[in-house]
Amino acid sequence: MGPSEWLSMVMVSVGVFFFIAGSVGLIRLPDVLTRLHALTKADNVGLGFIVLGLSLQAGSLLELMKLLLLWPLALLASSCACYLVAEATLLQSRRGPGARRHVR
Amino acid sequence: MSGDTLVLDLVLAGLLVFLAWRLLTLSDLFKATVLFIVFGVLLSLAWVRLNAPDVALAEAAIGAGVTGALVLDALRRLDARGPADEAQPLRLNLPRLVGALLVMGLGAFLLWSVLSLPPGWRGLSSETAAAMPRSGVVNPVTASLLNFRGYDTLLEIAVLMLAVLGVWTLNAEPMPPAEPAGPILDVLVKALLPPMVVVAGYLLWAGGHAPGGAFQGAAVLAAGGILLHLARPFNVANRGVVRLVIGFGFAVFLLVGLTLATLGGRFLELPERHAGILILMIETAAMISIALTFVVLFVGNARDNAGRDTS
Amino acid sequence: MTEFMFLMAAAVLGSVALGLWRVVRGPTRADAMMAAQLVGSGGVAVLLLLSHAMGRAHLVDVALVVVLLAAMVSVAFVRRLGPVRGDDGTE
Repeated sequence: MGPSEWLSMVMVSVGVFFFIAGSVGLIRLPDVLTRLHALTKADNVGLGFIVLGLSLQAGSLLELMKLLLLWPLALLASSCACYLVAEATLLQSRRGPGARRHVR
Repeated sequence: MSGDTLVLDLVLAGLLVFLAWRLLTLSDLFKATVLFIVFGVLLSLAWVRLNAPDVALAEAAIGAGVTGALVLDALRRLDARGPADEAQPLRLNLPRLVGALLVMGLGAFLLWSVLSLPPGWRGLSSETAAAMPRSGVVNPVTASLLNFRGYDTLLEIAVLMLAVLGVWTLNAEPMPPAEPAGPILDVLVKALLPPMVVVAGYLLWAGGHAPGGAFQGAAVLAAGGILLHLARPFNVANRGVVRLVIGFGFAVFLLVGLTLATLGGRFLELPERHAGILILMIETAAMISIALTFVVLFVGNARDNAGRDTS
Repeated sequence: MTEFMFLMAAAVLGSVALGLWRVVRGPTRADAMMAAQLVGSGGVAVLLLLSHAMGRAHLVDVALVVVLLAAMVSVAFVRRLGPVRGDDGTE
């Protein structure tokens, strides 16, 4: 195995580490906002490392471009989604518990 | 299954069974919906492992994405209506009995036709492979859907049209106005719509030689429409233009078939020389129609003056 | 290298399974809403790793579709099941 393979494997391992860290955060952190922060940040850093690691092995220019397009899209989507969930949580808590009926 | 993939496949299969069990037994519809969407994404991974990337793409786009949004929307409507009809169980009357018997009969017929296949039958894959050079495309799935089994796809598109008619007939209440879209949601919509359109077009084009095609492209395009609707509600009224676009794909497909029949061929038998371009034409028309169909299924009502931003 | 990628994919899938514990457990709706992002990013990572391990470049397309659709579903969660005007006890 050449240096680029080794580098890929290191990058992917780091990425997987961040994924696991994100899930541990999701389980262990005490409230919604901190859990959101763990999930969105860690998972996307993890995805970024995996994308970097794999783009070293990309077979064609098209594949490389798709990989490098994918990560910014994922970042944008999940940071916006994170903001929206956080905003919803804050609105909810401001209106007090029980403001919204529960679905069965 | 070799050693390298064993761990992955075991985790995936275990998760799928666990999720299926949980989502059927949970009494909390909200969580069941969440698990349904998760199940869809993981099922798409399972299709990848089974070497069926076309199905994986369809499952991710339609099974998890568009259907997920539809189920969420249904849940919101149920939520607004309060505790639903558990108090009044469905009574068995004559129409329901006839319907149930028809469905059970169809099920029995399908079961019988599968059981009556000759033992050791290996499917039609070798016939498909032999006919590929005459199909006009390289991807055997697209060749089967649009060329060898064009009938099926034509009727599938017709079924989607019927679904729109059903939704318009029911004419659901318009969704109560949502919170106005904040700046972040606006940014997200503006940033995601262009790549969604590009990816839809790419999938349509890729369908000829790789996983992709009209249905998958349409699902991504429709996701763009649904996203826009979620941010700034609009209405797709039951009007001439909308009906025309929804019928467009079916019309083009039918027209191609009829033209071929009148020119001396058989209905939907694509001539070898022009098969590629005809398939692309049918798929483009179908994608536009199917995408609008999905959006209409999501938006839901046929009225012209519903919602806030009708203009 | 192939074996390594399969193992890493299994590890990411395992971490998604761990995260699902929180989704099922709750306690708030927001916890469940995070599911779309969890399987969004996790599923994409598994798809990319499989794309390399199985030697199928086209799986990157599936990953791209999952990213876009997960974003739409996340927004649907918040807009359809988040707090809504008129919910302040005036129903």
